[in-house]
Amino acid sequence: MEKIFKRCQSLYDVPTHYCPGCGHGIAHRLVAEVVDELDIREKTIGIAPVGCAVVAYDYWNFDCSEAAHGRALAVATAIKRVHPQNVVFTYQGDGDLAAIGTNETIHAANRGENLSVVFINNAVYGMTGGQLAPTTLLGQKTSTSIEGREKKAHGYPLKISEMLALLPGVCYIERVSLQSPPEVLKAKRAIKQAFENQINNLGFSLVEILSPCPTYWGLSPKESLDWIRDVMQKEFPLGRIK
Amino acid sequence: MKILLSGNEAIAQGAIQAGCSFYAGYPITPQNEIIAYMAKHMPSSRTGVCRTGKGQSQGVFIQAESELAAINMVYGASAAGARAMTSSSSPGISLMQEGISYIAGSQLPAVIVNIMRGGPGLGNIAPAQSDYFQATRSGGHGDYHLIVLAPACVQEAYDLTQTGFDLADRYRVPVMILGDGILGQMMEPVQLSTKKIKVSLAKSWALDGCQGRKPNIIKSFFLREGALEDANLKLQKNYAIIQQKETRYEGLFLSDAKVILVAYGTMARIAKSAISQLRSAGKKIGLIRPISLWPFPQQPFSIKNSRVKYLVLEMSYGQMLEDVRLAVGGRREVEFLGRSGGGVPSEEQIINKVKKIL
Ligand SMILES: Cc1ncc(C[n+]2csc(CCOP(=O)(O)OP(=O)(O)O)c2C)c(N)n1
Ligand code: SF4
Ligand SMILES: [Mg+2]
Repeated sequence: MEKIFKRCQSLYDVPTHYCPGCGHGIAHRLVAEVVDELDIREKTIGIAPVGCAVVAYDYWNFDCSEAAHGRALAVATAIKRVHPQNVVFTYQGDGDLAAIGTNETIHAANRGENLSVVFINNAVYGMTGGQLAPTTLLGQKTSTSIEGREKKAHGYPLKISEMLALLPGVCYIERVSLQSPPEVLKAKRAIKQAFENQINNLGFSLVEILSPCPTYWGLSPKESLDWIRDVMQKEFPLGRIK
Repeated sequence: MKILLSGNEAIAQGAIQAGCSFYAGYPITPQNEIIAYMAKHMPSSRTGVCRTGKGQSQGVFIQAESELAAINMVYGASAAGARAMTSSSSPGISLMQEGISYIAGSQLPAVIVNIMRGGPGLGNIAPAQSDYFQATRSGGHGDYHLIVLAPACVQEAYDLTQTGFDLADRYRVPVMILGDGILGQMMEPVQLSTKKIKVSLAKSWALDGCQGRKPNIIKSFFLREGALEDANLKLQKNYAIIQQKETRYEGLFLSDAKVILVAYGTMARIAKSAISQLRSAGKKIGLIRPISLWPFPQQPFSIKNSRVKYLVLEMSYGQMLEDVRLAVGGRREVEFLGRSGGGVPSEEQIINKVKKIL
């Protein structure tokens, strides 16, 4: 009998360290499936962020580099310029890409670096214990916005994807979600598009993935998925942005 | 062939000669000639890197959006196997410290040029030697070292930059070329090297896709209990070898000297002028000029004559002074003369000080 579902070659067979219901594991798998399907495992170089996904290279079976917090796109820029034949992508959280690393993000995009970005928006800083992120929703409680995010004190949820879409160097931006199996499939298609764009030398592509962090949302895994659908997707509408 | 170059240009030309195939930098005075030279001779290219250092190289030049980006680009380029360099001046080097620490922790080779200016803060653009501590004491976080090389003339700036790339590759450590604004701006004839450089990008640990091998990982993160200590001990072992093999210095008149001036870089040139005046007046004065500031050359300080005295000269208020005291170990007198913030100890000040000590 033919096996129709198996482990991808681009994923190691190791236990996960992520919390139950976390979106990172799903996103890792989607990346691995895309790499397998495009048959680019031996050409791929991934840049892991500083954030909960800091050890992404413990899961991915291809060349990887660490980057200091926020600097993944500077590291990726250089690797891709040195090895234009390779497929180079970054995998970054919202704190990494849209707070400490905003400058690197905007300028890599504006230079039109031929890179693919997997951007995990979970509306908190997971790794450091659930603090306010640039993407935290108004009213959302975190350990540093105890009464909930308040616009006067904390500003508004940052729409970095919409901002980047303004830049001529950017070729593709889509926002997807891990909220349900059909959405997960759409997320995978978007990641594949971002990788294909790079292979076709089209420039900077970014996929923003709304991803659950049950631990710091104080919700069960199921409630987290519902919260993405009912609350988060209202602030961060899904679909092609550019 | 000899050509006239400024110290900054000589560093850039030395890098190209050494097969530097990736440069990223952000403008800051007094080192702007380096970034301009690299832009001219290493035009921005997304189609592969140069492998020779000849003429117009095909390396990658990027004007980064900040020194943070520049040093992390160097991290990436080095991880990808390129000979990579950045240059800046004091405030920019401060911004780079986290990245330098990551480069050291990830065992990546890289060359970082600091053409020092006055500080603290924005300070001024006058030459200074106030970043000695930052350069030699692992200016970023963690237990690590840079090899720090301090040229005193334009020729040496050219030569040591090439040495820097070789040492960086040999030991997989970041190397700093530490100069000051005078050295950077000064023009002198430089004998260009005709040595053909063969730089291989094929480094077994570098990232270029895992074709036919297990994936490579470049990282400085070691979470498992004991893993970071193991990694750090590996670094320390490497540093011990470097300390043994890679100290460099120039010694002058050490056999008869009663007072030995200790100075590096531009300050050592002024010291030399003072020495030639003093010696023609019959005074027995010598010089130790550390060329590697880390590892610091201890050996020339083991002079038998117990009446010899040292006079440390710096364009700072006494930073290398601490290394000299450590090298001397309390066995000899160590005097100091230093100025900073744009002030440079003059020949006359040195001579007066020596006369007081003698
Ligand atoms: C320079 C620096 N500042 C702060 C930190 C601490 N830190 C580690 S991860 C992180 C935030 C991560 O949040 P995010 O990027 O959203 O990733 P997540 O964990 O949510 O996936 C912070 C602040 C660090 N490692 N380095
Ligand atoms: S803290 Fe949140 S983002 Fe981090 S592993 Fe746990 S669920 Fe995932
Ligand atoms: Mg986050």
